[in-house]
Amino acid sequence: MPLLEVREVSTFYGRICALDHVSLDVNEGEIVCLIGANGAGKTTLLNTISGVAPARHGEVLLNGAAITRTPAEKIVGQGISHVPERRQVFGSLTVMENLTLGAYSRFRRDGRASINNDIENVYLLFPVLKTRHKQLAGTLSGGEQQMLAVGRGLMARPKLMLLDEPSLGLAPLIVQEIFRILADLRRQGTTILLVEQNARAALRCADRGYVLENGRVVLSGAAAELSESELLQRAYLGKRNHRNRSG
Amino acid sequence: MTFTEQLAQFIVSGITQGSIYALIALGFVTIYNVTGIINFSQGEFAVIGAFIAITVAQKVNLFRGQFDVELEWPVPVAALIGVGGAVLVGVLLYRLGIQPARHASTLSQIVATIGASIALRGLVLLAWGTDPYRIPPFTQGKPFKILGAVITRQSVWVMGLTVVVVVALFLFFQYTLIGKALRASAANPGAARLMGINTRRMGLIAFALSAGLGALGGIVITPVTFMTYDRGLMLALKGFVAMIMGGLTSPFGAVVGGLALGIVESLAAGLISSGYKDAFAFAVLFVVLLVRLGGVFKRGSGEALERAGL
Repeated sequence: MPLLEVREVSTFYGRICALDHVSLDVNEGEIVCLIGANGAGKTTLLNTISGVAPARHGEVLLNGAAITRTPAEKIVGQGISHVPERRQVFGSLTVMENLTLGAYSRFRRDGRASINNDIENVYLLFPVLKTRHKQLAGTLSGGEQQMLAVGRGLMARPKLMLLDEPSLGLAPLIVQEIFRILADLRRQGTTILLVEQNARAALRCADRGYVLENGRVVLSGAAAELSESELLQRAYLGKRNHRNRSG
Repeated sequence: MTFTEQLAQFIVSGITQGSIYALIALGFVTIYNVTGIINFSQGEFAVIGAFIAITVAQKVNLFRGQFDVELEWPVPVAALIGVGGAVLVGVLLYRLGIQPARHASTLSQIVATIGASIALRGLVLLAWGTDPYRIPPFTQGKPFKILGAVITRQSVWVMGLTVVVVVALFLFFQYTLIGKALRASAANPGAARLMGINTRRMGLIAFALSAGLGALGGIVITPVTFMTYDRGLMLALKGFVAMIMGGLTSPFGAVVGGLALGIVESLAAGLISSGYKDAFAFAVLFVVLLVRLGGVFKRGSGEALERAGL
């Protein structure tokens, strides 16, 4: 049984159909990436899974149990951590407070000591956060904010992490660093569903991928196969066919 | 009485009155930060809290003599019950007035709080009538004298309690998980939900907290200035002015704004004419808005102001 199963999901914003019968699954331990142009529905799909934009039709199953109508604030407690687009750290709170709140959903269950322990683990993963732990999150650089957003997501000890455009607006070196960390996280047993504009980098670290267009899945398969597929090469990997032919 | 003594006296009364504005402004800021709503029934919390305390502390006829209440409990107990009663009103207001309208625009929700304030004022009028009420000071005894200014014991209570509340509130927001969750909901409600924070419950807590703050202000001032059913509107407006002076979102700014407003009013009343007291308060608002839209303690962008429709 897959860890996450999305079955024939349709999501609307008012009368606009953002997702049209989308199905997808994510197995435990995998990195799966969603590729597509702006407005293809990638972010909406993550929002539908995490309960921010609930589906009108279809079902979302986590470990076989339906979470389609579960409100966003309860879903994180069930093991899905959503690291939203543009990081969305709490700018007026310190780095440490951001991380603490990442564990909000399990605070009562696990207690202070376990949470402090996890904060130390996040600092091991992102040493720069430790040096800035008393700083307001809003004063961090873009790359640091992204690390904080991922670290905050990890604090919930998720079974599945939804990552929305972690490379957005970051310098190439930082992007490499972020992808290296994703690979580390997978090695430690976190399952990841990744949305990326940067299709090449995403496919390099992912096991499988889905391509969305206008709210529909148009292509899916193993990452290696997808990188070879003609459609993808033309549309998202920036290889221009006409130049290949003429040159 | 020399001029400096007079001045000292005006400042002391200004700080006393300003403390009340500060408490009400803190309530405004708390609700605004967490929910984006400017709660115009903030003054009614002060009035209702005070009237509940009055009813518990002394003999009162309710509903034109329909009910006689003769509890005559000690004033501190009455004050606590008053605060508790107002908190309950705050919770009911959120549950019955704001939460059902959660899909409506913020402006509609603000209008709902204006409606609630009118309804609550009417309720207080029905129950307690138009008479001014008083409760005895929290402690009896001679007033203190500092620099020639007379400070009544109740003034000391007012200032002391304000300090205690402000410090307690700071510790609550800074060091408790709920306090941090409230700040997170204020900073980014969407992300707060993703952390598992129930933002609706945070709104409820903000209303409860603000009602308690307002009630405390209303109760401690009652021994000094009496309480009538219609004082809520003016208290809310003054608290709102203090909030704007403090930059709309800053709790610290709200306290400074409240104290400054109290002192300005008191000086204007003492040195010019007591008839101009309120006029000066609103002149201050006008100047602050004109000179520096966003107040003196404003940080960040004009986003907060836009959210408030200012």
